[in-house]
Amino acid sequence: MATVQAQPLTRAEQFRDYRRAAGVWMAGPGLWVIIGAFLVWAMIAERDGVVTGVVIGAVFALGAVGITLIFAILKFGHFAHGDTMMLSAYLGFMFLTGTIAGEQQSDLVTILPVSTSDLPGATTDIWNFSFGYGLLAAMGLSAIATALFLVILNHLVYAPLLRRGSSVVTLSIASLGLALMIRSAMLMLWGSDPRFYSPGIRQAVDLPFGVRVLYDQLFILAIAFVMAAFLYFFLYRTRLGKAMRATSDNADLARVSGIDTERIVRWMWIVAGVLVAVAGVMLGLQAQLKPELGFIILLPLFAAAVLGGVGSPHGALVGGLLIGIIQEVAVTSGIIEPGYKFSVALIVLILVLLVRPRGLFGERA
Amino acid sequence: MTDQATDLTETRPGETVSLETHGMVTGYGEVNILHGVSVKVHESEMVAVIGPNGAGKSTLLRAVFGLLPARDGTVQLHGEDVTNRRPDQLVQKGLGYVPQVENVFPSLTIIENLEMGAFVRRSGMKERTEQVFRLFPDLAGRRGEVAGRLSGGQRQMLALARALMLDPTVLLLDEPSASLSPKMVGMIFDRIKEINQAGTAILLVEQNAKEALSICHRAYVLAMGENRLEGNAKELLVNEEVGRLYLGA
Repeated sequence: MATVQAQPLTRAEQFRDYRRAAGVWMAGPGLWVIIGAFLVWAMIAERDGVVTGVVIGAVFALGAVGITLIFAILKFGHFAHGDTMMLSAYLGFMFLTGTIAGEQQSDLVTILPVSTSDLPGATTDIWNFSFGYGLLAAMGLSAIATALFLVILNHLVYAPLLRRGSSVVTLSIASLGLALMIRSAMLMLWGSDPRFYSPGIRQAVDLPFGVRVLYDQLFILAIAFVMAAFLYFFLYRTRLGKAMRATSDNADLARVSGIDTERIVRWMWIVAGVLVAVAGVMLGLQAQLKPELGFIILLPLFAAAVLGGVGSPHGALVGGLLIGIIQEVAVTSGIIEPGYKFSVALIVLILVLLVRPRGLFGERA
Repeated sequence: MTDQATDLTETRPGETVSLETHGMVTGYGEVNILHGVSVKVHESEMVAVIGPNGAGKSTLLRAVFGLLPARDGTVQLHGEDVTNRRPDQLVQKGLGYVPQVENVFPSLTIIENLEMGAFVRRSGMKERTEQVFRLFPDLAGRRGEVAGRLSGGQRQMLALARALMLDPTVLLLDEPSASLSPKMVGMIFDRIKEINQAGTAILLVEQNAKEALSICHRAYVLAMGENRLEGNAKELLVNEEVGRLYLGA
């Protein structure tokens, strides 16, 4: 009988074993532990970054939910989502002011006979916010317009492609093409100059623990919270929402059960449109409107959806908040220059795909 | 076997035809799988479709249910031509279908699965849910649980329960015994018999030919996408050709 001499592990083998163990740990509780530790550290050391991060994260979250819903039901990455968010911000601007850019992009030409600012008392600031109810009305109109826009897009582009049995790649590339078209349309209509919703003064408020936050930011958080609550109610408590989850689980079985899945898909676009429009107007409130921002923001949106687990709505909400916080804290702590802020999302995206592709809440790999 | 044989006498299928396919031709891509298959299911009748692997049994159900376009031939439901209708339209006309695999919504709870089964139903949800739970008491106790955590047998029960939510007049079952333990197969077949005894006509596609023939009234044997034999299930059970073709006797 041959004997095999036991040999100590080589360095390479040891490294391999460590790497495997680390992989197992990350796939299990590891990512959660790291995120928890990061959050504790950030709360202590970089509180301001956390506050801003939560606010911008709320915007990401609402956009990422749309991406995750679309992926869950139609199984493709909707690359036009960032630009749709920006478009909805501009639509909000148009409904608020009634204007688009003229021949000189610095001139604004009125195209709507009446805008929400013309409503009586619409520009009087609500509470300590920098805007009146005119902006809320504009946000509502933008939500309707964006939902309609996505339904039309589905009707003209995605639904025909799906009926033809197009692959995921075809659909994703089609959405990328639409993203370019939307961005060009925004440049044509509103120019490349930054636009603002309101010249109003933004007041800050001091909260306990030395946290200083703008009233507008509190508004963004509140609205995001309300939207998330509505989404939860819709998906888990209404017939239509349950049918949407059923369609995402198994579209064939949904059809077999008598669910008209094309109708479900239309409703999915409406929900995604309303959420992304609210997010877009929030984004405009937080920063300035620029056409290229739509493409830049696509990265954090996808990173948020992947981090949360693609296909999981609550995952996208958590992922959005986390991406926002990580991004802002990376800047305030001086780890990264402000100009490279959005690359943080890319780093997170790559890391998650490497160590835990199913994300925090995803079911399947 | 003897108790199953006595069961047969308890349900008497009616004379009217509930579901009929005539000369069904269908397939995937360029290839035809079925080359003119005709089956008939009478009111309250339980009919088995058996045959070797690749005979086109499941394809037949998919074509009947509008999941695959019929290239030729017709499907009639209660005398009405329903060839190539959409599944959601067929469901409203009283046709139910349980696919072989992936037949529950894994991330939905049991009760939500049943709700989805009754999606086109506008009223009487609660009563129907309780009736279905009486038929499947195992599920009733776990109604808030997510379907993805159920065992294979429980999933099959849930799949049947989901299809029953609309109280279909004709139920298409695609290999309900596949990948189940023998004990579970017995339980599932008992339930199917109960459903049939309550008056639902059943078209049952099965690999498990002996079991299927012993609970059904009539049966069709398919081979290579064509009708090979048909007749009384008990007679087919002892038929030599069926044995040679299929039962391995």
